[in-house]
Amino acid sequence: MSFISYLKDGISLGSIYAIIALGYTMVYGIAKMLNFAHGDVIMVGAFVILAAITKAGLSPLLSVLLAIIVCTVLGVTIEMIAYRPLRKASSNLAVLITAIGVSYLLQNVALLIFGADAKSFVTVIDVPALKLFDGQLTIKGITIVTIIACIVIMAGLTFFVKKTKPGRAMQAVSEDRDAAQLMGINVNATISLTFAIGSGLAAIAGLLLCSAYPTLTPYTGAMPGIKAFVAAVFGGIGSIPGAMIGGILLGVIEIFGRAYISSQVADAIVFAVLIIVLLVRPAGLFGKNIQEKV
Amino acid sequence: MKKSLTKTSKNNFITYAMVIVVFVVVQTLSSTGNLSNLLKGLLVPLCVYTIASLSLNLVVGFSGELSLGHAGFMCVGAYSSALFSNVVRDAIPSVPRLIIAILIGAAVAGVFGILIGIPVLRLRGDYLAIVTLAFGEIIKNLINILYVGIDENGLHVAASSAGLKMAPGGKQIMKGALGISGTGAIYKDIKGQFFLIGVILIIITLFIIQNLVNSRSGRAVMAARDNRIAAESIGINVTKYKLLAFTVSAALAGVAGVLYAHNLSMLKVSTFDYNMSIMILVYVVLGGIGNLRGSIVATIILYALPELLRGFSTYRMLIYAIVLIAMMLFNWAPAARTWRSRMVERVKGNKPKKEAA
Amino acid sequence: MAMLEVNNLSIQFGGLHAVDNFHLSIEKGKLYGLIGPNGAGKTTVFNLLTGVYKPTEGIIRLDGTDITGKSTIDINKAGVARTFQNIRLFKEMPVLDNVKAGFHNHHSYSTFTGILRLPKYFKVEKEMNERAMEILKVFDLDKEADYLAGNLPYGKQRKLEIARALATEPKLLLLDEPAAGMNPNETQELMDTIRFVRDHFDMTILLIEHDMKLVGGICEALTVLNFGQVLAQGNTAEVLKDPAVITAYLGA
Repeated sequence: MSFISYLKDGISLGSIYAIIALGYTMVYGIAKMLNFAHGDVIMVGAFVILAAITKAGLSPLLSVLLAIIVCTVLGVTIEMIAYRPLRKASSNLAVLITAIGVSYLLQNVALLIFGADAKSFVTVIDVPALKLFDGQLTIKGITIVTIIACIVIMAGLTFFVKKTKPGRAMQAVSEDRDAAQLMGINVNATISLTFAIGSGLAAIAGLLLCSAYPTLTPYTGAMPGIKAFVAAVFGGIGSIPGAMIGGILLGVIEIFGRAYISSQVADAIVFAVLIIVLLVRPAGLFGKNIQEKV
Repeated sequence: MKKSLTKTSKNNFITYAMVIVVFVVVQTLSSTGNLSNLLKGLLVPLCVYTIASLSLNLVVGFSGELSLGHAGFMCVGAYSSALFSNVVRDAIPSVPRLIIAILIGAAVAGVFGILIGIPVLRLRGDYLAIVTLAFGEIIKNLINILYVGIDENGLHVAASSAGLKMAPGGKQIMKGALGISGTGAIYKDIKGQFFLIGVILIIITLFIIQNLVNSRSGRAVMAARDNRIAAESIGINVTKYKLLAFTVSAALAGVAGVLYAHNLSMLKVSTFDYNMSIMILVYVVLGGIGNLRGSIVATIILYALPELLRGFSTYRMLIYAIVLIAMMLFNWAPAARTWRSRMVERVKGNKPKKEAA
Repeated sequence: MAMLEVNNLSIQFGGLHAVDNFHLSIEKGKLYGLIGPNGAGKTTVFNLLTGVYKPTEGIIRLDGTDITGKSTIDINKAGVARTFQNIRLFKEMPVLDNVKAGFHNHHSYSTFTGILRLPKYFKVEKEMNERAMEILKVFDLDKEADYLAGNLPYGKQRKLEIARALATEPKLLLLDEPAAGMNPNETQELMDTIRFVRDHFDMTILLIEHDMKLVGGICEALTVLNFGQVLAQGNTAEVLKDPAVITAYLGA
């Protein structure tokens, strides 16, 4: 039964990674950049929820909505100020380093406002636990909510990208930015929209992450952010189902590693997975391999 | 043609001279008692970070790859050399022991550079960056559970304190997350010379990097950076030269690690985290990617200033972050570049030298 | 014996026959043109000849040696150098160093010699500088030796690419649209330079070009490619009169 219990924990953690990874994968697929600050937007989202509930006394639902709005605006603003000017830069290192700078900026602003002490997160999602096998296996309410949220978000995003006009514009920009521009697609607006969606998802990820692991510091988002990127790479960057499956696999690997090998090297295992995947199948499980044209 | 050769060597000498002048000034201030203890305590770490940022610049600036695991190489150099110093503490006198420790730190970090570089350098850009980050974390994780002890039967290595199975009278040197303690004490007799040693190591680092960059191999490294396909089309083995730069950079980072480890009484793996790698990257970016003298100046300013201004340190990382973003936008955004070259032209009075294509 | 001998060369991308049963023979010292409408597969042929793509079928012989399927690096060492349709210079390096990078396998010393500045370093660097300036002079780039390559005007960038390719001391030089983006004066000047290179360096040259004036003006023989296949081949004047060629260019 402990195996199933670990598996359940793995899927739950993996679902959170998956939601973060969806944000990464969309931004990477469309803006062709690694948004290092994505994990920190999660942290901002969680802090907004915490502050809205404890300081402003808003209802949980309103707080979450507020967090989504704040993160969306934040994501779009970051893109406009820090990333857009570098989109045509001669070195692709430029935007990556800038993204690292933005990540640091968010962490340190949070540090100044909220301090370095770990805050305990409030209960936002109150769903009763599910007891199975005569109480031998308990599935926490948050676990159920997380997994359902992950599936709903993936389905919604797939529908959006495949079936709606702005979604198809995203595909076009992802495929060939210049050609999309010539076809009359507003590339800047499309990329902004991508950042908006990715950052809005980050707020939800922040809620789920901090509900499952209820401590919050300015660095809360950094590690899950990096791991979610690993998940996105694992699944094949740019692929929506890839991000979901990569996220869940990674969550399961991490929990199993923690349980069966050593909790001290669980992160090392996750990163070893990344390295192996990139070496064996650089495009990930569902990605396309693209070669530079000569 | 002669002109361009003398120009680069002149440039190199200015850099050496700058380091030496700074050293002489600081040393004079120190010996006349004009240097506070706080400042004195900063001198060796400054040398450590200067070497680290110079070596990172070789990869970021000249090889054009973003490495986010530089602290990992420092960590490997620090631990391997501190282990050596502790093992042979009574067998070899301080000066040769330190020299051997430096060579060991450089060699072990260099070997790690090769081992990590071979898989990593097959990747490009963002993936390469994230994998170097991953390797940095793996190194940290593994050293964190590594225990090494010595007794009459020789060295013992294990993943836990109990696993060492030491004979009575044996001594634990590396204690997992607690790291290695007491390395600094072994070098009490030459402790006062560590700043001098640090400066000598900076000069050696500069010598290696500047000469490498201005040689056939350095041109191959930069050609591979500027255009991989074109470099291969003229017969340059891109992977080989990227690996060369990566390895030399790792070995020099190892040297920085050695200096760091031997200046401290406590060596802990948690210091060598992602934040340290980023901090070094900030020095490189601020000093100018590919600009060695800039790396030195930026390291001195960014490292020493926040330490000196009390209370400032709360804002230190925040200011780093803003500086990093602003510098990148200013230096790399096409709009900013055009604006700058217009400004330069206006100041210089329309010289046709920098015709834009 | 022919300098370049290509037989039955084919490559498929998925189901697409990008180049199909291509054949070509160029005598030493010839100036040869490869022409054809857009998308005919000209650059793909260059990529096959230089090892960027591995052919599905066929044999490429350079001066009698089989170079089929070798790596780009080895093919360059064997004696094939090229330029690119979209200029690929080492933009952040000085003009002089772009050429010196081309000497990589011909004027050589070890990394250690370079770092330790052993006497051989100074000797070889001096040779390189002198030789590089000679080559730059041919292309009238000697005064810009210290400029960053990326700061050169477009036409000079194209010339520098040729200079860099020549530095690798090739037997065969492949030029991919050398006159693209040049005005008529520059094109005329380029034609003279190409002719000069052929004579001065005793070079065999294969070039891709759209500018018919340039092709007609300097190429001694032509191959016309259409939909990946050879449409016509032979003496320049005759090929250009071939009705099939005219149809391919002007449309049916």
